[in-house]
Amino acid sequence: MHFLPTIAAVFIYWLIVGLGGSVLIQFTARHLFSSIFFFSALGSLLLLVTACLALGQTSSHMIIPLGIPGYPFYCHLDALASFFLILLSATSLGTSLFSMDYFQDLSRREMGLLSLQYHLFLCSMLWVFIAADAYSFMLAWELMTLSSYFLIVGFKSDMQTRSAGFLYLLIAHAGALAILMSFALLLPGEMHLNFAAMQHTAITPVTANLVFMLALAGFGAKAGLLPLHVWLPEAHPAAPSPISALMSGVMLTTAIYGLIRVLFYMLPSVRSGWGMTLLGIGLLSALFGVIFAAMQTDMKRLLAYSSMENMGIIIAGLGLTVIFRHYGSAIAALALAASLLHCINHAFYKSLLFLGTGNVLHATGERNLGKLGGLIKSMPWVATLMLIAVLATSGLPPFNGFVSEWLLLQTFLAFPSVPAVELASVLALATAAFILTLALTAYVMVKLYGVIFLGQPRESQLTHAVDATFWERAGLLWLTAGCILLGLLPGLLLQPLLHLTTQLLHLPASTMTLQARYNPLIVSMVMLIAAAIITLLVRLFSPVKPRRSAAWNCAYPVKNARMQDTAEGFSQPIRHIFSLFLRIQTEIPGVADKMPHYHFNAEDRFWSALYLPLVRIASKCATAISKLQQGKISIYLTYSLATLIILLWWVL
Amino acid sequence: MITAIIIQIIQSLFLILLAPLLTGWVRQNRAWLNNKNGPGLLQPYYNLRKLLMKQPVLAENASFLFCAAPTLYFACMCTITAVVPVLSSQLPFTQAADVIVLVGIFALARMFLALAAMDVGTAFGFMGARREMFVGFLAEPALLIVLFNAAIISQSTSLSAIVIALAAQTTLNPGLAFAAVAFFLVLLAENARLPVDNPSTHLELTMIHEAMALEYSGRYLALIEWASALKLLNFFALGLAIFLPWGIPANHPVITVFFAGGLFILKIMIIGFGLALLETMTAKIRLFRVSEFLMGAFVLAILAILLQLWVGK
Repeated sequence: MHFLPTIAAVFIYWLIVGLGGSVLIQFTARHLFSSIFFFSALGSLLLLVTACLALGQTSSHMIIPLGIPGYPFYCHLDALASFFLILLSATSLGTSLFSMDYFQDLSRREMGLLSLQYHLFLCSMLWVFIAADAYSFMLAWELMTLSSYFLIVGFKSDMQTRSAGFLYLLIAHAGALAILMSFALLLPGEMHLNFAAMQHTAITPVTANLVFMLALAGFGAKAGLLPLHVWLPEAHPAAPSPISALMSGVMLTTAIYGLIRVLFYMLPSVRSGWGMTLLGIGLLSALFGVIFAAMQTDMKRLLAYSSMENMGIIIAGLGLTVIFRHYGSAIAALALAASLLHCINHAFYKSLLFLGTGNVLHATGERNLGKLGGLIKSMPWVATLMLIAVLATSGLPPFNGFVSEWLLLQTFLAFPSVPAVELASVLALATAAFILTLALTAYVMVKLYGVIFLGQPRESQLTHAVDATFWERAGLLWLTAGCILLGLLPGLLLQPLLHLTTQLLHLPASTMTLQARYNPLIVSMVMLIAAAIITLLVRLFSPVKPRRSAAWNCAYPVKNARMQDTAEGFSQPIRHIFSLFLRIQTEIPGVADKMPHYHFNAEDRFWSALYLPLVRIASKCATAISKLQQGKISIYLTYSLATLIILLWWVL
Repeated sequence: MITAIIIQIIQSLFLILLAPLLTGWVRQNRAWLNNKNGPGLLQPYYNLRKLLMKQPVLAENASFLFCAAPTLYFACMCTITAVVPVLSSQLPFTQAADVIVLVGIFALARMFLALAAMDVGTAFGFMGARREMFVGFLAEPALLIVLFNAAIISQSTSLSAIVIALAAQTTLNPGLAFAAVAFFLVLLAENARLPVDNPSTHLELTMIHEAMALEYSGRYLALIEWASALKLLNFFALGLAIFLPWGIPANHPVITVFFAGGLFILKIMIIGFGLALLETMTAKIRLFRVSEFLMGAFVLAILAILLQLWVGK
């Protein structure tokens, strides 16, 4: 069956909903704004069903006669694209449902902007996944960057948001340029822009290396890999929460999609050196991301760094794929499937976390962890669903994060099968770094959840925080259900994924069996049965009803909310261990200080070591060039004359 | 299959019921080594009964998470009793959960306890949670790498396969010797033993585990204490399964199961005495030395893997 027309229909439908909504909301009642997102959620649902059906089918193509004459838009829908469309539709279904109630306090102008840009953003991501030629891919890619840029800067006009948006735009465009160049190198002799033609280009090893490096730089900028990560912690907190959820859950993975396309679809073969590069950059990004996440005091910045960590993990998985593919091992298919599974798992739990912080932000107006606390009493819905998200993010059984991390660990463990013992040793060390990252994630998540939801409220107004409303709950519940379902029944998605990756990597369709198994259903059932029996037995043997009293706290009489750890306090041990790698400024009050004020700031060393010098060089060049501009018409006339003479001399 | 499941259940019950006895044995040995009479081997059981009878006192602002955490913690530890081969190496549950799942469940249990400790919002609770997560962040990778050492030898992460492969080994594997040391260090840290934490005091500013359980009383405390005892026993069983796997039968006529149980108790007694001896001779280290202590374990475990790669080939 041909599914591409349906997907194109969803594209047009979203476009109509976005455009129509932004016009109509100017004239109709404001409360109708939520219905726009209801229609958009319907589109997501249709897309989800279609993409699920298309996952097992053979690939199909379509040519849309738009664009420049002679270069129509090529579209394709293969298993890889279908998988990413599932990811997009599932996440956007959650964010759209959530958005129905979330954006009630915007002005009409902002509602119009949001409706248009939100749907353009969804459309552009859909287009990225189905674009089958370099031209329309770049168009879609740029549309994605621009629409998300307007979503970041459109709702707040303070300096910080503006500069965050500028930084994002700058790095995104540098990245797009690198992608464009890598496509250009892959072009066959005549101008065939579609990917299928680029596949058969004969390229030299040097060119192949160059294509790889450019693609890594370009897509790495979008995924937030080291050292192009600086926009991520700035842009995510600036955007409204549902937008951050989409950016983090889906937009970052478009980079993974693009990298997979270039690596395994367009380039004829892969080298183990590329694999080591990907593995190294991925693991460094992951470690860096999680250490910085531990330092953060702003909840959305913390989540942004955590996204960087997850992207690093996925890139490391791609690195493993390349290494094992180079040696022709069937493990490569498993590594790629695990990475893809981690993409969708990350999309579910990270968008859930971002939406949850949106609720907290709405209810309290506070993004700073130091001013939250105790919200589990006033916001039980958000607190319970966030607990599941936190457990899933930490990679704990039986939730979805654990499944992909289990699979990745299994592929890491295949390192003794690599013939070169030096490479195997490096992989062993990489395994250790990977595990360290995973362990630190749990620390970060306990900090996030504990400081926001547990303990006593650190400010008095927190006791009146309101819980999520109906549609917000619906969005959160959908994403939570995904976290649980993908955790309990990973086979549903893993089987088609393994099929997909075996074909993509041109591996023989072997029935690869792992020696070890993990059955989440049985494990969670045993745990639940054990918990039920314990509860029953305890009821039986200890029937006394508990009594409520003040907290004991070692009989220490003074108990106030300020004695709890803040986010800074909680991350102190981590800061202590990694102090070598961080640039920390602390301001500790003296003994006699009447107004004691504690302040600390962990700065990204990349700013001072890489970006600030770059900025300095750029502004120096600009000053040098500005000497040309004298503001006198006679000088400009001289320039024109000189140019004319030089051109004439050139021609003659 | 039916017999296997029955043995599975018997093993879990055996470990759950035996756990307080191990705590009693270690405490009794420590008392003897200090020239004291000691409270007797069964004292932990009496304590548990006393706690179960008492009326629990909850802090005013304790939430549902606080009340559910002890049960979940205990349930996690019970699940682990089903993963580690003790009475038989052919446990059906090892088909559903391997060593990575085992470490995951340990981490899940830690997470519940740490979150519950933060729930009441006292300074001690937060301190305990922070320190516990800190120790866990260093101990968990070391534990996983130790287990990977065994998994590389048996080429499988399933504990059944590991026990069978390691029991069949006739020569001493040099990598495993390093891993054993690393495992012991992790065991000390994970179970709040000296020199990382002192199990016999609380009301100390340096406490870790006790600080988390400080607000608990009555049956909640009973569950936490029992589960902690079970955690120690689980770690013992895991260590024995990997480093001293001899005597765990692969097939199960009833008699061998009894034999395995007896042998297990004997091994536990010897190692428990060793633990008591070590705890009598060492002092607690500073909290920030703990990171060096555990990093040492982590590096040892990695060295063990490299050794296997280079010597094995």
